[in-house]
Parts: sequence; structure tokens; C-alpha cells
Amino acid sequence: MALLTVTDLTTHFHTRAGVVKAVDGVSFSVGQGETLAIVGESGSGKSVACYSLLKLIPQPPGKIESGTALFDGRDLLSLSEKQLRKVRGNDIAIIFQDPMTSLNPYLTVGEQLIEPLLYHRDMDRKKALQRAVEILGEVGIVDPEKRIDSYPHEFSGGMRQRVMIAMALIAEPKLLICDEPTTALDVTIQAQILKLIRELQQRRNIAVIFITHDLAVVADIADSVAVMKEGRIVEQGSVDAIFNHTQHDYTKKLLASIPKGAKPIPARIENQPLLSIHGLTTTFRDHSGGFWQKEPKLVRAVDDVSLEIQHGEILGLVGESGSGKSTLGRSILGLVPTSGGSVVFDGVDLTKLSAKQMTPMRRRMQMIFQDPYASLNPRMTVFDTLAEPLLYHKLTTRKTVTKEVLALMDDVGLARASIRKYPHEFSGGQRQRIAVGRAIATKPELVIADEPVSALDVTIQAQILKLILELVDKHNLTMLFISHDLSVVRYMSDRIAVMHHGKLVETGETEPLFAQPHHDYTRRLLSAIPLLDGPTPAPAN
Amino acid sequence: MGRFILSRLLQAIPVLLVVITATFFLVRTAPGGPFSAEKAVPPEVVKALEARYKLDQPMWQQYLSYLDDLVHGEFGPSFRYPGRSVNELILGGLPTTAELAFYAMLVAIFIGVCAGVMAALKPNTPQDYIPMSAAMLGICMPSFLMGPLLVLIFGIWFEWLPVSGWGDLPGDKILPAITLGTGYAAYIARLSRGGMLEVMSQDYIRTARAKGLPEWVVVLKHGLRGGLIPVVAFLGPAFAGLLSGSFVVETIFQIPGLGRFYVQAAFNRDYTMILGTTVFFAALIVLFNLLSDIIAVWINPKLRHQLREGR
Repeated sequence: MALLTVTDLTTHFHTRAGVVKAVDGVSFSVGQGETLAIVGESGSGKSVACYSLLKLIPQPPGKIESGTALFDGRDLLSLSEKQLRKVRGNDIAIIFQDPMTSLNPYLTVGEQLIEPLLYHRDMDRKKALQRAVEILGEVGIVDPEKRIDSYPHEFSGGMRQRVMIAMALIAEPKLLICDEPTTALDVTIQAQILKLIRELQQRRNIAVIFITHDLAVVADIADSVAVMKEGRIVEQGSVDAIFNHTQHDYTKKLLASIPKGAKPIPARIENQPLLSIHGLTTTFRDHSGGFWQKEPKLVRAVDDVSLEIQHGEILGLVGESGSGKSTLGRSILGLVPTSGGSVVFDGVDLTKLSAKQMTPMRRRMQMIFQDPYASLNPRMTVFDTLAEPLLYHKLTTRKTVTKEVLALMDDVGLARASIRKYPHEFSGGQRQRIAVGRAIATKPELVIADEPVSALDVTIQAQILKLILELVDKHNLTMLFISHDLSVVRYMSDRIAVMHHGKLVETGETEPLFAQPHHDYTRRLLSAIPLLDGPTPAPAN
Repeated sequence: MGRFILSRLLQAIPVLLVVITATFFLVRTAPGGPFSAEKAVPPEVVKALEARYKLDQPMWQQYLSYLDDLVHGEFGPSFRYPGRSVNELILGGLPTTAELAFYAMLVAIFIGVCAGVMAALKPNTPQDYIPMSAAMLGICMPSFLMGPLLVLIFGIWFEWLPVSGWGDLPGDKILPAITLGTGYAAYIARLSRGGMLEVMSQDYIRTARAKGLPEWVVVLKHGLRGGLIPVVAFLGPAFAGLLSGSFVVETIFQIPGLGRFYVQAAFNRDYTMILGTTVFFAALIVLFNLLSDIIAVWINPKLRHQLREGR
């Protein structure tokens, strides 16, 4: 018999704008030792469905309208708050998506870890702390005796997620709900965390519900899959059935939008460098040595990097966060001061230009930023955002600017009617379209795209990537495409440069590099990508 | 940390200098002087007095010699209380005022935090509206209205508490403390409501609930610490405000504190006394602002960390 059987679960949100059917008659079950993956885009109701089981949704406006959730013979949905409290963290534990915000910044990690033991097991503090040290060690935290008194901000993202996992497992739950546990993490760390969850599950023989938008992750770890869309489960079955005998159109669309495969080298590339960098170095002062340290250490964020980008080429720049790839992008544009080397753009060394001489160059080089929520000014309409660079660089006059902006909106696929709307009235994908439009408004030659799709859902991601490729062709752009996501980079780039600790460790044409990486670090990166076809290495063409 | 405190103390010097200079020249440009009385005083006497208190010197010379006194910790002699220095007068009144301010602070924190947290736990319900409307009323009501009202109700109608005095009758400190504290209680209520509302919607509160903790642990242990940061930042200025703003309450309840000296000094044109008290209060305000900043850093591990990194 299944450990948890959910039947016809319905959760609605009663908002001023009307009733939102977040979860609309959902049924699924998961047995001991099994992993069920619930897949869907953000807003599909997959998280709400799982939080509803423990009544962790905000009520009001949320309301569980109907359904049953039999867990160990009891219906969770009809338990009182007090009975439910005994289930939370004790029988069913949750690992949340964002380890940065899900830990209390004001309490030490140890204090937060032992709470389930104190309240569910009546354990005394000393014993509980001992247990906390053990479990921190078990999830791979080095030196757990010392780390137990640290605060969350003293851990990296991956380490914090390990702490979350330890916290979820400390009371030995029977069911573990993982809500996008790796979405906020780097690809190499993602692989480690997935492996850790799998190992811990097998060791303890517990049931796992794994919520994710990433089908590629699912293939590696799940026994069965439920695909959710708009509050309903559209398709459900074993991993094999979902991946190899796909029934529903939406699932097919999800599968198709995972970037994969190779592409021929396009004709747009001319064999003549637009940008060449020699020995570029950017340093930051590091104050982490503490208050008493006399001289701050110099950190070389970009360390003696040399590379060339040809006219019309898309060069992919990959590396983990902290590898210096964003800093390299910003150094090229002169957005951060460089401390050595040269950046030659179309025959002009940018590092030697004054701020005033730089202005006309800026028009020719633009940047697309990662977060479409943060990088657009919330008080400027689409028109203001797109018109500003046109007017500033005197590319158009006040009379003709509206026409130019409309043409630009057509280019990036935004409805003309939304010209007077503000950023918050758009979805994430549409906002990134605005950001792309802003970047190409000045008809630049070089565009630096810094993780342009990492904040987006996978289907939206595919649309934006396609848009960028079309625009590169149409406007004859040259692009430096920065991303930590190797499958995205593979889809986009003609050539790839790999960065590690501020240094360029390897460059090469996309497919040969994927087939035969030379550097150790590149190999490690490649083996960390979750693949659709399981843990086998990537096929070479 | 040491460097942070030192730099803040150094920043205080220009602030105090501006306060001293402005007050020094303002009180002297006000009409009348310490020795102008209704009864005519012989000119020789006035001259002698002015010479004794250095008022016959040019303004800039008076200013410089006052600064010199200040550097040596001397506020100078009082013009109206012959033979007593401003230092003595301030130190005489300070303990009473400080005690009053301390009790008022306790009242303000207790009522304010309770009301604010209560309101934040059930936003936009009667549990929110009622304390918050009361808080609005508390902010709007001046202490010269609040004090007599409380006296009327609890002192005269019910005869529960004494109507005036300080330390003479049991319970005579209660009404002044409440009168002085309520205004600040209202501010604290609004601040803690805002802070708690923000914190209670954080992801880590959901984490705490998902661990199956009782709701009071979620609120008091996980919520309160972050939720009260805005309150802590307000406490320093509030305490300084209580000290320097106590004169109305001191006058209503006949309390021999510093505030009454201050008001009388202004009426009497007691230059040194006005200056001395102003400078003293300004220094207190700077000091308490610094103190509340230090406490805010101390309860927030992230800030503690950043400060250590020298950012």
C-alpha cells in the first residue's frame, strides 16, 4: 500500500481579482522508498499541492476546498492544527527551494537544526546538538562541530541547502518533500545535492516527492512522474512511459524545450576579430581577513584572460558562480575598473579611453542582464525604457522615436498595445524581451548577454533563446553569451570558453569541446549536467 | 567594531559644534537678557553683573571662552541661581528625569510591542484595527492633554492614584510614566507591526512552521528577533526624546526634574543654563543613537559579520 495517497485535492485562492484554481482535482500517490516527481512550470500548482498537504499555504486567501490525503492511514486534510503539527517536520519534512531565504538569519544553524528534536522527540539540548553534529557530517559539511555555531550567512548556497536537508532529515521523517531543491544552485553543486538526496533516500528507505520544473533532473532520480499544468495533472506514469511514450502534447512541449543537440556553424561568422582581449586582469579588494588585517588581500576575479571574438560569432562563456565570468563581461564594457591588459574593440583599445571618449563606444556594445525583474526600472514604461537609449545616443528625434520603439517591439515580439505598460505588468519572459529590446535599441555590434535566461522557466527560456538567435542573424550581432548552464550554452554558441577561478582554462568550438574536453575542470563540468538519457555521457553528435 | 564607534564619535563633534554655535547666538539675539527685570536696576549694578559674567566682552570672545569652558567640562555659572554652576543643576535634576524616562520607556516598549505583534499576527482584522487605531490616537494626543485626562480619571474620579509628586506617595510615579510613555508606545506599536508583518511573510517562517513548531515558538523565537530591528533602531532616539521631552509631564505632575529647569531657563534668559542643557541633551541624543546602532548590529549576525569585514 502506498504511504501517501492524495485523491482529488483542490486548493483555491480567493483573491480580489477572483478565484484562482491553483490546484484543481489532483490525485497522486507515493510508496515507501519511492520517488515521485511532480513536474510543471512555475504557477502550475505543484508547490501549492504539496504545501496544502501540511496546510502550509497562506490561509486566507488560500483554501483547501476538497480532497483527501491518506498518510499512514490518516487523512491529513481533516487533522486539527495540533495533530498536524505533530506530522510536520516529524513524519513529513520539506526542503524548500531557496536555501538563501529559507533559513533564519538570526539563529545559528545548530539552533535551527535541533528544533524538530526538541519539539517532536522531547530530547534534551545536549543530546540534540550531538545528533545535529552527526547529521551535518552525514550531509557532507566539513568540521560539523565548529560549523554548528555558525550563522546561515557564513555558508555558501550549496552548503545551506545541505543544512536544509539535514534539518529535514533529523527527525527521521517517512516522507520528504523536495521543492525545487537545486534550482537556485550551480550545476556542479546541483549534481552533488541530487546525489546526496538519492543516497540518503536509499539509506533510510523513505518516500520522496520531488517538485521541479526541470525534466532533465527528473530522469535521473524519479520512479514515477506527474506532469502538472494549470492546477491539473495532465499526464502521470513511470519515468520510462513519460520520456519514451509521451502521450500529452504539453509533456512533449516540455521535453522538446530542453536545449540539446548540435548545430552547424553558421555562415554569418567572418574570420576577423571584432573584439580581442589580451591579458585582461580585474582585481577586487577582499576584506574577509577581518577587522585587524592590515592590508586587504587582492582577489583576481579576472586573471590574465586573453580571447578573441570574431565578427558575427556567438562565444559562450561558462563557469560556476564566482568563476569571474560576469566580471569579465563587465570589464569588457568598462563597467568595473580593470587593472591590466587591453580590450581592443574594432581596432580601439577601450582601456585607454576617457569616460567621454567611451560614450560613443557604449552605443556599439550593449549588455543583457540576468534578472529581468531587477534590471528594468519599475517606474519607466516600455516606451520610456526603449526610447531612452535611442534619444541619449541621438539615434532618432522626438518626432520619430515612437515609430522606432514600435519597430523594436515588433522585433522582440512584444505586442504594440503594451507600449505604455510598466514592467510589473509583464511576465518574466516578456520582461526579458523588453531587456533584449533595450540592448539592441542602439543597433550595437557587440552584445554581452549575462545569464539572460537563468531566471526563466524552461519553455520561456527556449523562446527567449530562439529570439536572441533570430536577432543575432537579423542584426548581424556579435555576442558574448555568459551562462552556467551548459546545455543552454551548447544550444547558443559557436565557440565556448570555460572559466575557472578567474582564468580561462579551455576554449574550443562547441561540439568538439563537448565531445572531447581537454581540461580536467571542463570534464568535471560536463559530467555534472543532468541528462535526459540518464547518467551516460553526452553522445558526440 | 572599535573603529565604527570611534568614527561615529568623531562625527558627533561637528554636530555638537553646530548645536552649540546656533544656540549660543540664538539665545543672545532673543530680546531681553538675564538681568532685565521689571524693577529698574541701577546701571552700575548691571554693569558690575555683566562684568562678572563676562557679558561686557565682544560676542566672539564670549563664544571662544565658552568653548574653552566646554572643553574642560564646565558649563559655567548659572545666571539666575547665583553661586550654583550649571553642572550642579543638571546633575541635580538628571536622576529624576532619567528615572521617569526609564519607566516611560518600559511602558512604551511593553504596550507598543504587544500591540504591534498582536496586530501583525492577524492583519486587516479587528485584532489589527483596534490596537492600531488606539496607536494613532496615542500619537495624536499631546501629553498636556493625556496627563490631565489620566489625572481626572484615575486620580480624581476613581481616587486610585496620587495626582502629583514624585517619590512622596506610593504609586505616584505610575501616571507620569504612562503619560510620557503612551506617545512612544504608539510609535513602537506601528514600527513593530510593520517589522513583524514583513518577517512573518519570510520563507524562513514557513520553514519554522514546516518543522512543526508551536505557533508561539514560531512568533517569539523566529519572528520577533527580525521583526523588532526597526524598534531597536528607534529606541535610542526615543530614549533621548523622553529625557529631553519630559518637561511638560514634569510640569503637570510637579516633578523636580531637568525638564522644568530647562523651560524656566528659557523664560529667564539664563544663557548658560539654556546652553548647558541644550548641549547636554544634544550629546545624549548622539550617544543614544550610537547605542541603538550598536545594539542593532549586535542582534543582527549579518551586520555583525559585515562590520567585521570592514564593509
